[in-house]
Amino acid sequence: MGTEVTHAIADGILGGGVYALMAAGLTLIFGVLDIINVAQGIMVVLGAYLSYVLSVHLHLNVLTGLLITVPVMFVIGVAIHWLFIRPLRGSERTSMTLLACFAVALITEGILYWRFGSNYVSLHNSYSESSVHVLGFYLADIYLIGFGLAVAAIAALYLILYRTTFGRAVRATMQNQTAARLVGIDVTRVAAVTFGIGTAVTAVGGMVFGSINSFTPNSGYDLISRLLAIVILAGMGSIGGALVAAVLMTTAEALVDIWQPDWAVAVFYLAMVIILTVRPGGLFGRRAVRAQ
Amino acid sequence: MRSLTHRTRFLAVGTIAVLATALLAACGNSSGSSGSSKPILIGTSLSLTGDFSADGLAFERGYKLWASDVNAHGGINGRKVQLDILNDNSSPTQVVTNYTDLITVKHVELTFGPFSTLLTAPAAQVAHRYGYSFIEGAGGGNLVFSEKLPNVFDVSLPVANEFDPFISWLSSLPASQRPATAAYPTVDDPFASPQEQRAQSMLEALGIKTVYAKTFPAEVPDYLPNADLVASKKPDLVVLGSTDVPTVQAFMHGFEQQHFSPKLFIAAAGPDQGAAFVSAVGSGNASGMMVGNPWYPDYKNAASQAMVAEYVKKYGGSPSDVNADVAEAYSVGQVTAQAVEHTGSTKGSAIDSYLHSGVTLNSVQGPVKFDSLGRNIKAIAFIFQWQNSNYVQVLPVHATGSVPILNPKPNWTS
Repeated sequence: MGTEVTHAIADGILGGGVYALMAAGLTLIFGVLDIINVAQGIMVVLGAYLSYVLSVHLHLNVLTGLLITVPVMFVIGVAIHWLFIRPLRGSERTSMTLLACFAVALITEGILYWRFGSNYVSLHNSYSESSVHVLGFYLADIYLIGFGLAVAAIAALYLILYRTTFGRAVRATMQNQTAARLVGIDVTRVAAVTFGIGTAVTAVGGMVFGSINSFTPNSGYDLISRLLAIVILAGMGSIGGALVAAVLMTTAEALVDIWQPDWAVAVFYLAMVIILTVRPGGLFGRRAVRAQ
Repeated sequence: MRSLTHRTRFLAVGTIAVLATALLAACGNSSGSSGSSKPILIGTSLSLTGDFSADGLAFERGYKLWASDVNAHGGINGRKVQLDILNDNSSPTQVVTNYTDLITVKHVELTFGPFSTLLTAPAAQVAHRYGYSFIEGAGGGNLVFSEKLPNVFDVSLPVANEFDPFISWLSSLPASQRPATAAYPTVDDPFASPQEQRAQSMLEALGIKTVYAKTFPAEVPDYLPNADLVASKKPDLVVLGSTDVPTVQAFMHGFEQQHFSPKLFIAAAGPDQGAAFVSAVGSGNASGMMVGNPWYPDYKNAASQAMVAEYVKKYGGSPSDVNADVAEAYSVGQVTAQAVEHTGSTKGSAIDSYLHSGVTLNSVQGPVKFDSLGRNIKAIAFIFQWQNSNYVQVLPVHATGSVPILNPKPNWTS
């Protein structure tokens, strides 16, 4: 039993890293733009398909392929902002952006169905099947890589936000858009670039997701509810909090799996409800996030 | 004054009741004329998007293939058939809306079943309410039959029996050659659960010890912890209650990462998806994987061979690309056509009576004969296995077309 618990905790921590990787962009976009990007799930799937195309047609290693997929997803993110989000203004903007993001999800899903069909595909690479022996059990390489990439991605986002001029502009925009405009910050540009970065991160998440699971254009729907739960638990806008929240929830789920797997998903959301009851702003509340 | 108001209300309620009854009667399947020359409009709801989309799209091809074949041969009793297919997005709620719409708004003459037990159960209730016969090919779970509806007819093998040839084969082995332990990880689904429960009880009776038997929700997006737990028990046999390719792939990945390869591995669904399965798991790792199914493309049945040839001609690819969903859908059309031809009617009551009469019909899946609950008691069960990138029939051992089973399953090859 001791080994099972240790193994479940290890699985939970590593699985949390993978979710954090997918949720980081979602929380960044919300923090800066007040947009709940419900298209984030399908963007992860799009990232997985991009890796799939490079892997199957150009025989590129999936990690090397990130050098292409990350910039491509950045451009796609900027384009989505330019076409669908930027034109929305006024008091109904928040609800309209929700609908716009949903439209983006449906359009993207339709394009993927048209191009790839409904059959499941997955990314084949050596990391998906290999593992290392630790403490009497094996840890999958792809999860270790996913966790490492999550830490790296979150560290990179922190560096961008807190060690660059652009990051200062982003944080100013997060705190007060009007004031940011008054001091000469091009808020529209900041918003577009932020949306691009938030989408670019999903290229990494998509690569890991596609290496772990087989997927179809429809796979994004299962993801988005979990990603939203993680972001809400973390405190919307908290990038580091996303990692902590994801690890907490997946570890709780993995532990429950040992005894009662049919309760595991319920526990995932129950953990969210309990923590939000105690801390309505999430683990790292939004005010705290913006004051950093 | 008070009594007048009361009488007025009574009359109003009575009038509404009469009108509602008349409306329901008008909506019900009362046409059933055989002398008409207009096409027979057949309505169905399929999962063209959502979780079951791969199966739903295959079903759509099966229905369309049958319709084009039957129309090419002059239709049914001289009437062409025309399909009206709605998308239910794999939702049990939407499927109810769709069949209500097909019957009450589009006034279809016949209905064909959707994909999966989960959707067939609520859909069959709608058809029953309006007096429609409900012939289906993918609702073989207990959930459907437990409703005891007189209008439900499943042309395929009842799902609870899909592992039967495998269990019979294990029971035929000397005790020393049987697996000593087994694990039963199962998705909470009306298709998978009955097979697992039956397999577990029968294998325990054979002395095969259960080391893991747990059910997990269908919504679980990451099966790694479940796969790790099964691997830690090191069972000789894994009987996976899966509903799709990703579940099987996730367990295979998890086992491989834990350096665990069971001697025998059979799944309820997933390995039967042909190219989609191999593409997801890799051809090397597919070797030795087994699945129960009533049909496969090389099935030695003349009608089946003709359908496979038609499919390849219409949609391209090779015979191995034709999955069992196509045959299940095609069989629905065949059984319906035989019932309408024999009764000369599309009326639900006439078709129901005929199909409950004990008659044996033909389909690309083999003979069809229904019991009182609408289960096909003549359905044939096979077990298939991936061997050297080929999907072959291995059980029953002495059935035509069976090849020797690969036992034990080869180790993972990645």
